[in-house]
Amino acid sequence: MSVQVKFFASMRDIMGDDREIDSETLARQSIKTINDVWDSCANGKERPSNVLVAINMDYVDAQTIVKDGDEVAFFPPVTGG
Amino acid sequence: MMVIISSEAFEPWTVLDEYQQNMTQLQGQYGATAVFVGTMRDFNEGEDVTEMFLEHYPGMTEKHLENICDQAKGEYQLLETLVVHRVGMIKPNDPIVLVAVWAEHRKQAFEACREIMEDLKSKAPFWKKEQLDDGQDRWVDKNTKGY
Repeated sequence: MSVQVKFFASMRDIMGDDREIDSETLARQSIKTINDVWDSCANGKERPSNVLVAINMDYVDAQTIVKDGDEVAFFPPVTGG
Repeated sequence: MMVIISSEAFEPWTVLDEYQQNMTQLQGQYGATAVFVGTMRDFNEGEDVTEMFLEHYPGMTEKHLENICDQAKGEYQLLETLVVHRVGMIKPNDPIVLVAVWAEHRKQAFEACREIMEDLKSKAPFWKKEQLDDGQDRWVDKNTKGY
């Protein structure tokens, strides 16, 4: 089991390709919340204040707990229509 | 209720006509149809725009559009809804989005069409990247104040 991490639009330009955090890394880095997922992927990059986050395709905030098997997505404000 | 994410160009009035023709079970029930069509402009924020890439989050986009339509259907007692949204590369004058709703009366139809469109713009995960006339490109970082 693991956590899939996706980046869209300008967040992909900043963060690079989608990635997977395996269960060993989740445990070793004590990854519990969205904030922890960001820190694990970011190599010290600060999270933009306007970034939106989803777990399993529902909007959540940065304090939300992640679980093994979750799909986490980071993306900028949406601009459709 | 139907939500379509289209990577191909679509002609909104043809799609609308075909959809309504197939609503045989609702004939005689609706007295109001409200329609919004969004079209790509060739300028934005003071710059000439030559083309645009529309990205979406497959799965999440459809899920949220369906939730938005479901909510509006309950709130405004809509009889039917249709949303079509383009993704991929598009050119100025190409249709981007079609929102259509059918209701018994015009108040429900007007208000629901507007609400679906505003919710789409603030909640459905789509992003635009503009190609400018001078060869630069840029992500659109916020919606323009459209009303």
